[in-house]
Amino acid sequence: MNNRLYGNLIFELSKEGRKGYSLPKNHFGNYEVPPSLRREQDAALPECDELTVVRHYTNLSNNNFGVDTGFYPLGSCTMKYNPKVDEEIAALPQFQNLHPKQPAETVKGAQALVTLLERSLCELTGLAHFTFKPYAGAHGELTGLMVIDNYHRSRGDLQRKKVIVPDSAHGTNPASAAVCGLEIIEVKSQVDGTVDVEDLQRLCSLCGDDIAAMMMTNPNTLGLFETHIPEIAKLIHDCGGLMYYDGANLNPMLGACRPGDMGFDVMHINLHKTFSTPHGGGGPGSGPVGVREGLQEFLPMVSPYHGNFGVMVRAYAYILSLGREHIKEVGPLATLNANYIKESLKDVYELPIDTVCCHEFVFDGLKDKSTGVTTMDVAKRLLDYGYHAPTIYFPLLFHESLMIEPTENESKETLDAFIAVMRKIAEEAKTDPELVKSAPHTTPIGRVDDVLAAKHPIVTYKQMVNDEN
Amino acid sequence: MTYKYFPHTEEDLQAMLSTVGIDSIDALYAQIPEAIRFRDNYQLPTEMSEIEVRQLFERLGQQNKQLTCYAGYGVYDHYTPSVIPQLLQRSEFLTSYTPYQAEISQGTLHYIFEYQSMMAELTGMDISNASMYDGTTATAEAMMMAVAAGKKQNRVLVSETLNADTRKVLDTYALHHGIELVTIAEEGGVTSRKSLEALLAEGGVAGVIVQQPNAVGIIEDYSGFADACHDKKALFIMNSVAADLAVLKTPGEWGADIAVGDGQSLGIPMLWGGPYVGYMCCTEKLIRKMPGRIVGKTVDNRGQRAFVLTLQAREQHIRRQKATSNICSNQSLMALWVTVYLSLMGKQGLKEAAELSYAGAHYLCDKLLATGKFHLVYDQPFFNEFLVHYDGNMDNLFSSCRMNGILPGVRMDDGNLLMAVTEKRTKEEIMEYMKIIEGI
Repeated sequence: MNNRLYGNLIFELSKEGRKGYSLPKNHFGNYEVPPSLRREQDAALPECDELTVVRHYTNLSNNNFGVDTGFYPLGSCTMKYNPKVDEEIAALPQFQNLHPKQPAETVKGAQALVTLLERSLCELTGLAHFTFKPYAGAHGELTGLMVIDNYHRSRGDLQRKKVIVPDSAHGTNPASAAVCGLEIIEVKSQVDGTVDVEDLQRLCSLCGDDIAAMMMTNPNTLGLFETHIPEIAKLIHDCGGLMYYDGANLNPMLGACRPGDMGFDVMHINLHKTFSTPHGGGGPGSGPVGVREGLQEFLPMVSPYHGNFGVMVRAYAYILSLGREHIKEVGPLATLNANYIKESLKDVYELPIDTVCCHEFVFDGLKDKSTGVTTMDVAKRLLDYGYHAPTIYFPLLFHESLMIEPTENESKETLDAFIAVMRKIAEEAKTDPELVKSAPHTTPIGRVDDVLAAKHPIVTYKQMVNDEN
Repeated sequence: MTYKYFPHTEEDLQAMLSTVGIDSIDALYAQIPEAIRFRDNYQLPTEMSEIEVRQLFERLGQQNKQLTCYAGYGVYDHYTPSVIPQLLQRSEFLTSYTPYQAEISQGTLHYIFEYQSMMAELTGMDISNASMYDGTTATAEAMMMAVAAGKKQNRVLVSETLNADTRKVLDTYALHHGIELVTIAEEGGVTSRKSLEALLAEGGVAGVIVQQPNAVGIIEDYSGFADACHDKKALFIMNSVAADLAVLKTPGEWGADIAVGDGQSLGIPMLWGGPYVGYMCCTEKLIRKMPGRIVGKTVDNRGQRAFVLTLQAREQHIRRQKATSNICSNQSLMALWVTVYLSLMGKQGLKEAAELSYAGAHYLCDKLLATGKFHLVYDQPFFNEFLVHYDGNMDNLFSSCRMNGILPGVRMDDGNLLMAVTEKRTKEEIMEYMKIIEGI
């Protein structure tokens, strides 16, 4: 990316009468949409020639930072390298040109691919069946909870509407439960960040007959493996509930442990995290849901066709490229990278839970709080040094959370350079705190006024023009 | 352990393990109880070189048949300008994530703002969100939004002329979300105004969902629908095929409160069902009830115009179980697809493509009717898709077409066939198709 703002909007490059397209002539004769059915005014879309459009979006891309630009240690998002060959394969016309309602005998290759991918995911997770209908992680969570709700309904267990989540859970967990008509109860974390089994026992004896499921990630949002997982699963199963595995943190488990073996009944996978498909600026993802044998009949229809097939093609290409030999190295290398950063920085950043982590870990801001430099400031200063910031202010367990996830693709040199910069920022916080507090300085724009945007929302070009006049 | 995606040399590993203070990689997992450690080999194929991976997928691809497409039912074979897939491979777009750090994400934030502006223009609505997964889930989100906005009312009316796939997705969400879905009857291929009014009169209705053009391509007359809804404090929700709005009366003009639908018709390849992009637009009044990401204009501390994710107080990461939806990200890259498409096609091109599709469909329809073997099921205006009854044997029709590389349409109940034409279908192709049909 470059550090000068390219601030244009495509509308500002438009000139009446310009064209960026060419279409065949109409050889069909005089068929015209009757005036009574037509819109009164044409949509005020931009009018630009092709080169103007190409330059505009190319210039916009230069104000963006991606994994291909530099290190992107965004915790809980698993920002891996997205292999180029996967892009090439997904673009094959034999996939691109398939209508979702083509007769089965004309899409045998696509169907075979889905079956092969499903088998691979079953093997990697220890579950029995997958549906690919969910379009994203949050959609997968919702689908998984629907499976659970359908299961209890089928047994006439209509009162089972409570879902237990750890207090460190991602916001989508409670939101998905609410959309599914379920109610959240939080189970406490212990000082070390893992589920408080005693509190869980209390909840189970208090309302065991109402528990639909327990929803958790393992490792949890602090990157810590829940060692009591067999006990937790037994507690929930004994009171008639099911175990839901949020696949957000599946990456470190490749080569180490399978959700099915941990006692989970239902899970989703974020193909765009663990299986390296591009995040695309926030989608499209894919959130396949896996279930234990016997639960497949409860899989709901949450989308009409075969899910985000293009994303699935990429994920399968990734699995085949790595093969059984290298897939099992993913988790260990991601875990090693995270622990390496953690150990190299814990003398200057506050590490609330000092133990071996999995693929990610959380600092609670700088160790030296006297400078007034916050996690936000550290994150913004990292941008000056050419890094994407870690996830900040999540999880909510700490005030100054700084959540770092390096992934297995990063070299020791990259990690060393990042560690050096993080130390330098800690030093700057002492010697020149203003420099850090006013960061970033070298990015295309400085810190933005969030309050203005929310107080006086301007979300379209038309509103912008009206507002300026 | 080195592999093309893993840079760790033996020397690196040793140095890193020593920093961490352990002597083997396995020790990283010492906290996992041995009973649940996975120590087998995954039953997966052995690693493949890039050459082998390509070959394998090419073989899979060859087992699919690319057909000249007359199928629609929500997914259309429109033309994709060459510019789009190439620009989308700009890895600064492709390999970034949600623009949380506005300072290094102005590229994404700019195009989302453009996308919102274009979709609001196209639908004739005030505002748009940053996009959703697809048209069916966007409709489900609109349904839940209406219920949330309508306080204690939990009935939603859905026209019988809504696409059956969309309806199934609505049914799924409604079951779990505690929404009562009631069907507004169809009459002569269009939504019955009488049925709507009778159901509204029963009360408790939070929203009404209709489709334009409807499931079988008919352009319905929704005059008076919005007023009827608003009289009963129900939101009027219209699901439209995005590309057709270049020409058709907009949801805004029909008085809709929420406009939703799929953006696939805006140049996105069919790709066996996805990824596509859902759009959701609404009136300004409803902005704080709208699910999904929204990008807004602001300024930075250097006085420059800048764009940022805004109104986040509605969203799951802040509101948790009280959020307006569980939606986390948008469908960003596909929103970029649509934005580049609309930038290239512009005001004129989008209209031209829609008119070509309209003309092609009407031309094909006339030719089919002239054979005497096809009859229009409904005598209603249609856009680029129409429902015909075929007097002959449908199996034979499909197999003859397939042998000639043609997908004749979407097979519906009762010997009916739903056919769609886009600007991609040439007159020659249509003549060839007719020749096959006449030869059966």
